[in-house]
Amino acid sequence: MKFSDIWVYLSATPLLGLTVTLVAYQAAFWIYTKLKRNPLANPVAIAVALLVAILWFTGTPYATYFEGAQFVHFLLGPATVALAVPLYANLGTLKRNLLPLGGALLAGSLVAVVSAVGIGWALGASRESLLSLAPKSVTTPIAMGITEKLGGLPSLTAVLVVATGILGAVLAKGTLNLLRIEDHAVRGFAVGVAAHGIGTARAFQVSETMGAFAGLAMGLNGLVTAFLFPLLVKLWGT
Amino acid sequence: MLGALTVLLIYQLVGEVLVQLTGLPVPGPVVGMLLLFITLMARNGAPDVLRGTSQQLLSHLSLLFVPAGVGVMLHFGRLGNEWLALAAALVGSTVITIAVTALVMRLLQRR
Repeated sequence: MKFSDIWVYLSATPLLGLTVTLVAYQAAFWIYTKLKRNPLANPVAIAVALLVAILWFTGTPYATYFEGAQFVHFLLGPATVALAVPLYANLGTLKRNLLPLGGALLAGSLVAVVSAVGIGWALGASRESLLSLAPKSVTTPIAMGITEKLGGLPSLTAVLVVATGILGAVLAKGTLNLLRIEDHAVRGFAVGVAAHGIGTARAFQVSETMGAFAGLAMGLNGLVTAFLFPLLVKLWGT
Repeated sequence: MLGALTVLLIYQLVGEVLVQLTGLPVPGPVVGMLLLFITLMARNGAPDVLRGTSQQLLSHLSLLFVPAGVGVMLHFGRLGNEWLALAAALVGSTVITIAVTALVMRLLQRR
């Protein structure tokens, strides 16, 4: 059997797409650890770049790759449901701080969507891009679900969400220092609302309190945006 | 592990069915998450198996975004045309969101 025959055979099975996804992610994670978990070396961004390069070099269409990668993609659903567990673990904190957390959550959720769409619209982004941009502060599985429901582009959302997470992890410190906010609970919650899981991972590196509040904010913001955003789209007049 | 995964899938399935039945514009898994959250409140805690499986699934959460992220290759044209608007929106909105969330929370804590 010639190499090209093996290639033809393999590229027609889902095995290759699935395997190459796992390998690329682990390579990306290795690079991320080697660079001391610098937020700029985000493993999702690196894995995506590696895979795009591989597909481009081999001339593989995205649809062919996705035949295999869909098995990983499918797990986003159960993972979203699983977010209920850490959310429940933080129920006590939530109950004790209902007013400040609830108020900050609603304000943050609303501002995240409105400011992103507002700036994008003012600078001439298309309607499809704006719909894909709106849930950018929400954790990826929920954000993609929201976009899919409302006629945006889920894969564009995935890219914008990851970019937001990286930006949040990088910009949070400067912004909060400028505002002279020192309380780790407040800092963590703000990062979690704005920058979901990537911001939360960053917050855990600073302190346990900051991480816990960021994680709580991530879960709550996903829930609130999923219910709030369709209403906003209706008001906006589709 | 298998049992817990089955539970997660059942909640997702019920969520999807509810969304189809009611026409709610919310993703099915989010409804599933809400239902599971309510269940955990009702029974005052999560069983250890469910906690373990959820933690495992969520610890590899970023891997799950990769296949969709690779879809960026379908949007290079769009990104080329709109990169300035999208980049400005991401940077501006992220800073504003962090600032507003933190300021509102501090304001309400002082009351």
